[in-house]
Amino acid sequence: MRFTLNGQPVSYGGSGARRLLDVLREDLGKTGTKEGCGEGECGACSVIVDGEVVDSCLVAAGQVEGCNVTTVEGLADGGRLTALQQAFIAYGAAQCGICTPGMLLAAHVLLQRTRRPGADDVREGLAGNLCRCTGYTKIIEAVLSCAT
Amino acid sequence: MVSRSPIGQSVPRREGAEKVTGAAKYTDDLVFPGAWYGKTVRSTIPAGRLRSISLDPAFDWSSVVVVTADDIPGENVVHLIRDDQPVLARLGGEIRHKEEPVLLLAGPDRASVEEAARHIRIEYDKTTPVYDLDKATEVYSTIEISKGEVVEDVEDVEVVQRTFKVGLQEQLYIEPQGAIAVPEAGGTIRIVGSLQCPYYVHRALKRALKLTDAQAIVVQAETGGGFGGKEEYPSMVAIHAALLARKAERPVRLIYDRHEDLAATTKRHPGVITHRTTVGKDGTLLAQDIEIVLDGGGYCTLTPVVLSRAAIHAAGPYSCPNVWIRARAVATNTPPNGAFRGFGAPQSLFAAELMVEHVAERLGMSSVDLRRKWMLRLGDTTATGQKLTESVGSEMVLDAALKAAATVRPSDRPTVRRGRGLSLVFHGSGFTGSGEKKLQGTIGFEALADGTFRILTASTEIGQGTKTIFCQLAADALGVPLERITLAPQDTSLVPDSGPTVASRTAMIVGRLVQDAAAEVRERLKREKLPIRVQKSYVQPESLHWDETTYRGDAYPIYAWACTIADVDVDMITGEVRVTDLITAVDCGKALHPVMAEGQIEGGSLQAVGWATIEEIKMKDGGYQNDRLATYLIPTALDAPRIRTILVENPYSRGPFGAKGIGELPMDGPAPAIIAAIHDATGVWLDEIPATPEKVLAACASR
Repeated sequence: MRFTLNGQPVSYGGSGARRLLDVLREDLGKTGTKEGCGEGECGACSVIVDGEVVDSCLVAAGQVEGCNVTTVEGLADGGRLTALQQAFIAYGAAQCGICTPGMLLAAHVLLQRTRRPGADDVREGLAGNLCRCTGYTKIIEAVLSCAT
Repeated sequence: MVSRSPIGQSVPRREGAEKVTGAAKYTDDLVFPGAWYGKTVRSTIPAGRLRSISLDPAFDWSSVVVVTADDIPGENVVHLIRDDQPVLARLGGEIRHKEEPVLLLAGPDRASVEEAARHIRIEYDKTTPVYDLDKATEVYSTIEISKGEVVEDVEDVEVVQRTFKVGLQEQLYIEPQGAIAVPEAGGTIRIVGSLQCPYYVHRALKRALKLTDAQAIVVQAETGGGFGGKEEYPSMVAIHAALLARKAERPVRLIYDRHEDLAATTKRHPGVITHRTTVGKDGTLLAQDIEIVLDGGGYCTLTPVVLSRAAIHAAGPYSCPNVWIRARAVATNTPPNGAFRGFGAPQSLFAAELMVEHVAERLGMSSVDLRRKWMLRLGDTTATGQKLTESVGSEMVLDAALKAAATVRPSDRPTVRRGRGLSLVFHGSGFTGSGEKKLQGTIGFEALADGTFRILTASTEIGQGTKTIFCQLAADALGVPLERITLAPQDTSLVPDSGPTVASRTAMIVGRLVQDAAAEVRERLKREKLPIRVQKSYVQPESLHWDETTYRGDAYPIYAWACTIADVDVDMITGEVRVTDLITAVDCGKALHPVMAEGQIEGGSLQAVGWATIEEIKMKDGGYQNDRLATYLIPTALDAPRIRTILVENPYSRGPFGAKGIGELPMDGPAPAIIAAIHDATGVWLDEIPATPEKVLAACASR
C-alpha cells in the first residue's frame, strides 16, 4: 500500500492490520509519535490524517492507504521551526516533551480551522491530549500567541 | 569575556528544539539491532507463597529465554532502604502483593513472548491479605516529634478534633516506565532508561547482578516525566531487563505499557491523619496533637522517608508551643507505595490546613485572620525546634495571593454554587535532616581546550529544566554566553554521583555546586592553561544541626512558601466539583528562570487538583480496579482551572542567587484550598479526598 507521509510518498508492504503507530515508529522511523496508553486516551500518538487529528494507536495501517499523513517530523519546513513550534519553546509549553508532538499536531489543526481561537476554543481543541507537566497554562498561551 | 547574565531570564529550554521536532530520543525510540522484547510475569494473588512454576513441556522454549529467581547472580533484592523487596519471588518465598514480579521472559518479537507466557503455570499457597490500616501488624517505621508539652486539662480553651483521609494517586508521567539492557564485553551491562536517579539504578544493578562499579553503566534517555514515579521503580525495571539481556546474550527492551505501569508501579501513600488542636478563646494556638498513619503497601520502598517528611510538615506552617506528632507507616498487601511529588507533605498538610478551617469555624473567626495569628515568622521555631532565621515568606505569599484575588461572583447557572478556599503551606527544600551531608552530592566542571565548558552531573532533566538552569548558572559565573556551556550525558560511566533528582534539591543544592565550580574555574583561568577540571561536593553548613534520633533541629536547610486560593463550582444536582480558578503565590527565593518556575507551579498545582477532585483508585482484592487510562482519569485542558502564578522573591543566602527548591511545593496547597472552597459553596465539610460527586452528594444529603 502507498500513502503520503510528511509530503513524501511512502510504500508499506506489511500487514494492514498493524497499528499505524507501530508502522510509523518501527518501519518508517518516525519516533516523534509516542505511545502513552495504547487505547486512545492520552493523545501522545496523535497524527494528522487528511486534515483530521487521529490517535495512531487506534488506526490500522490499512486505513491510511492513499491518505496524507503528517507526524511531528513533518511540521518544520526544511529544518525551520514553525511559529507554533517556536512558541512552544518560548512560552515553556514543552517540559518533559513526551506529549509535545501530539499536542503540536492537535494545535496545528486547531489553528488551521479556527482563525481567532479564544482560550476556551484552545482548551476544547486540546482536550484529547493529556499533559502531566504544565497544567496546560503555558500550552494554551503558546497556541493563543499564534492565532492570526 | 563579559556577557549579559542569563539569571532571571526565561531563556529557551536547552533541549527545546529536539522536543518540538520529534528528534528527542526517549527510551522506546532507541533502536538496538537484534534486541529482544522482555515481559514481566506477575503474581495474581495479594498474599501467600509461591508454590510452583511449571513450563508446559509441549511448548518449544528454545526461541525464548526464561528468567526466575534462580538466575540472579547477586542478591535477590532491589536495593533501597530495607532489603525486603525481591527482584523476583523465590520458590517457597512470600508474595506480598498483586502484580509482584515472579518470572521474566524475552523473545525476538512481542507475539512469541506473549505466546510463551500462556504456557507458564504458576501456583500459590494463599494466605489472608491485610488491607485495613488498623489491622496491619507490620510497621515499616515510626516517628515521634515532641515540642513543649501537650496538656489537655486546661481551662477556658477549645479543643477541636477531626480525622482526615487521603487516597492513592498515580504519578501518571505520560511516558511509561522502560529500560533497555545491553550486554557488553567483560561482563558489563549498559542500561538506557527512563529514570530520575542514575546512581540509584547503578547501586541496585551492581548488587543484584554482582557487578563492579565499572561493569554497571546506567544512562538516562530523554525522560517523559517522573514526579517521583521514576525515583525508585526504575531500579526494578533495569534489573529485570539486565537479567534477561544477560541470559539472552543480546539487548533486551523492557518497556511497560500503560496498563502494566498503572497496575504494578508505586503510588502516592494513602493515609489517615487525626488532629486534636487546643486553642484559647482568642484563637491563640496552644497545642497540636497529631497522629498520622500511612499505608506503605507490600514492600518498604521509600516509605520511612516519606513518613518523615509527612511528620515534619504535619503541624503546618504555624508556630505552636506544644506539639506532639506520632507517625507510623504500616505494611498492607497492596502494591507498594513510593515516591510522588511532595513525598508525604501533601498528605499531612492537607489535614493541617483543614484543621485551621475547623478551628476558625469553632471560634467564629476568619480562617485568614487565624493563619495570620498562627503563622511562622522570622525567629519562630517549627515543631522540630528549628529556628527560622531567614527567607520566611509566609506573610508575603498570603498578602500577594489575597491581593490578586478578585471578588467571587455567583454562578449564573441555577444548580451551581460557587465558593472560594485558601491554604497556606511550606515545604522543606532539599533532603531532610542530615540527608545532604550523608549524600555529599558531587559534580564535575571542565574548561576545555576549544573554549567551551562542560558540566558533569548525574542530576537529570525530567522536564523541570535542570539542563537549562545549570547552564544559566555556569554562564553567569563565568561571564560567557550560554552557547559555550555544554552538559555531559547523564551516564554513570562519565559523571559523578550528584545525588538523586528528587526532594526539590536540584536547582538549590546541585545548582549551587555548579555555580561554585564555575566561579572557581573562572579564577583558575587567569593563571592556568586549559583544560581545567574541578570537582565540587556538598558541604553541610556548620550552622545546621539535626538529631536523627530525637527528631530535633534543622529539619531542612530552608523552606519555600505558598498561598493558594481556589475557586470552585459545585453542581448541586450532580455533585460535580469544577475548580475554575487557582491563584498561587510562591516564595521561591529567586526565580532563576521565571517561565520554568511558573511551569513547575502550574503543573504541580494541576496534579494536586486532580488528587483533590477526580483521581481516585478503587481497590479490589488488593489490586487497583481502574488500572487503565480509560478508567483512571487525570485533568484534561478542559478540566484544568485558569491558573495564575505569582512569584515572590525572598532570597535564601545559600541558594544560587537566593533560589529555593519549589518542585514539590505546588502539590501541597490546592487540595485543602479546594475542600475549603467546597465548604464555602455548599456549607458541608469533606474530610476525605478525592471530592468525587458521590462524596459531595452524600455529604450534602447528610447535612
